[in-house]
Amino acid sequence: MKRGHPGAWLAVALGGLYFLAPLVATFEFSLRMRRGVYSFDAYRVVFASGNFQASFLYSTVVALVTIVVAALIVVPTAYFVQLRLPRLRGIVEFITLLPLVIPAIVLVFGFIRLYGSSSVLPLTATSLGADALLTFGYVGLGLPYMYRSVDSGLRAIDVRTLTEAAESQGAGAVTILFQVILPNIRSAILSGAFLTFAIVIGEFTFASLLDRPAFGPYLQLIGASRAYEPAALAVMAFALTWACLGLMQLVGGAPAAGARR
Amino acid sequence: MSAAPTSSRRLPAPDFAAWLGVAPFFVFAAMFLIAPTAWLLVGAFQDHEGVFTLGNIVRLGQPSIRLSYWLSLEVSAASAILGALIGLALALAALRGGLPSWLRPTLTTFSGVASNFAGVPLAFAFMATLGRLGLVTVLLRNVGIDLYAHGFNILTFWGLTITYLYFQIPLMVLVVTPAIDGLKSEWAEAAEMLGANSWQYWRLIGLPILWPSIIGAALLLFANAFGAIATAYALTGSSFNIAPILLYAQIRGDVLHDPNLGYALALGMLAITGASNLAYLALRARSDRWLR
Repeated sequence: MKRGHPGAWLAVALGGLYFLAPLVATFEFSLRMRRGVYSFDAYRVVFASGNFQASFLYSTVVALVTIVVAALIVVPTAYFVQLRLPRLRGIVEFITLLPLVIPAIVLVFGFIRLYGSSSVLPLTATSLGADALLTFGYVGLGLPYMYRSVDSGLRAIDVRTLTEAAESQGAGAVTILFQVILPNIRSAILSGAFLTFAIVIGEFTFASLLDRPAFGPYLQLIGASRAYEPAALAVMAFALTWACLGLMQLVGGAPAAGARR
Repeated sequence: MSAAPTSSRRLPAPDFAAWLGVAPFFVFAAMFLIAPTAWLLVGAFQDHEGVFTLGNIVRLGQPSIRLSYWLSLEVSAASAILGALIGLALALAALRGGLPSWLRPTLTTFSGVASNFAGVPLAFAFMATLGRLGLVTVLLRNVGIDLYAHGFNILTFWGLTITYLYFQIPLMVLVVTPAIDGLKSEWAEAAEMLGANSWQYWRLIGLPILWPSIIGAALLLFANAFGAIATAYALTGSSFNIAPILLYAQIRGDVLHDPNLGYALALGMLAITGASNLAYLALRARSDRWLR
């Protein structure tokens, strides 16, 4: 077995071919915009487009707000469950898995029905309300990853000793959370944040059905109406995903097991 | 004897600060995960006037809806089974195939990226690869293999399945890697000392230990594909009517002309993804015993 099983080489070679071919093909296709010669025209057109800039900016802002809200919800929960409410662990972990079980399209359907313009809390009636709804939807999508990341970050530090030390200095719960615990699990939060960003930035289902001017619906529109720009956008999206996951490994997170869209 | 009063005195003191800290989480879960889903479930069992009925569930059996569920089941099952087998083969090759050691971290990192590279951009990538003008289509045509003349089309069942495999295979690699790592080298050594060849080792020891993980992972892949819509929608528009695309059209414009039937359609999807996720968790609990 030392020099490598021939079957293993074959499997890796075929796998490599399948996974690299679309990357090469997409890149090649994205260069074909100018007839007869390779050029970066498709990228230039995309970057110059106002809709691209606006939708990408919108999705970036939503993603950043999502990350902050998710951290504010998850960090205290994981901290108190670990330290003072261990009997809630089962139910909390179950809830964090729900977004993986409920398909996004089903969840957003429920949003529209529950927070539609004729409901008690008509969030979709105003643009800001719909933005908030989209953000909360994304907090849900990122919840499984953010929670797992923060929870394992908390396990890696001595939460009890840190808390007791801070308490003996007279610190209250809020001070402890923000000034003692948070800095110690910064890399865990960042790692959850990068993954959340990668999932959210090009998300289509929520954004499209809530009618938000986000990057995902923009991508879909370009795909339906243009030839070469979609390939350029796919190359950028792949690079962005790679960057997010790379940064995640750099800050020391566990490898991510699959987002689902 | 003297310990009893002490413990009863310090027992019921609700930890208000801690409960306050976890409250936002539960409020969030109630408002944005549980209530919206529960609302749909209620609607699925009501008629227009809000009276309880099973009629919506029964009407899921009408041909157009049954066909879309069936297409979804087929695509999800095909991409889950193929994804599980190919992912398993890749993981086994990289972890146990005696290949250079840099392959393992490369595969894991790439799988992390590719399993998250889904949705609209993935559809674009496969259009550029296997679409009518895609690189692979053109290259194959140049050597005399015309995919499209042989009935292949990226906008069909196999086109969608091949596209889904791009995130299914990496997900399988990530899920099954810990299980393969759980196969202790002592077991292989013991089998070898007793005269087993490697085929016998895998047939009698390796696979019997791995199978709950493999089946469980396949179920996870199945649910993963079943709920996915963005890739299919960007690839085929609404021409390939899988269940999530039908539901999308229903949310957009009530194509079924019956809102409550739409809720039942959503309930049906949730039942399928829920059941396969539960089975996955049960099988994982079973296989975890070997990983300790």
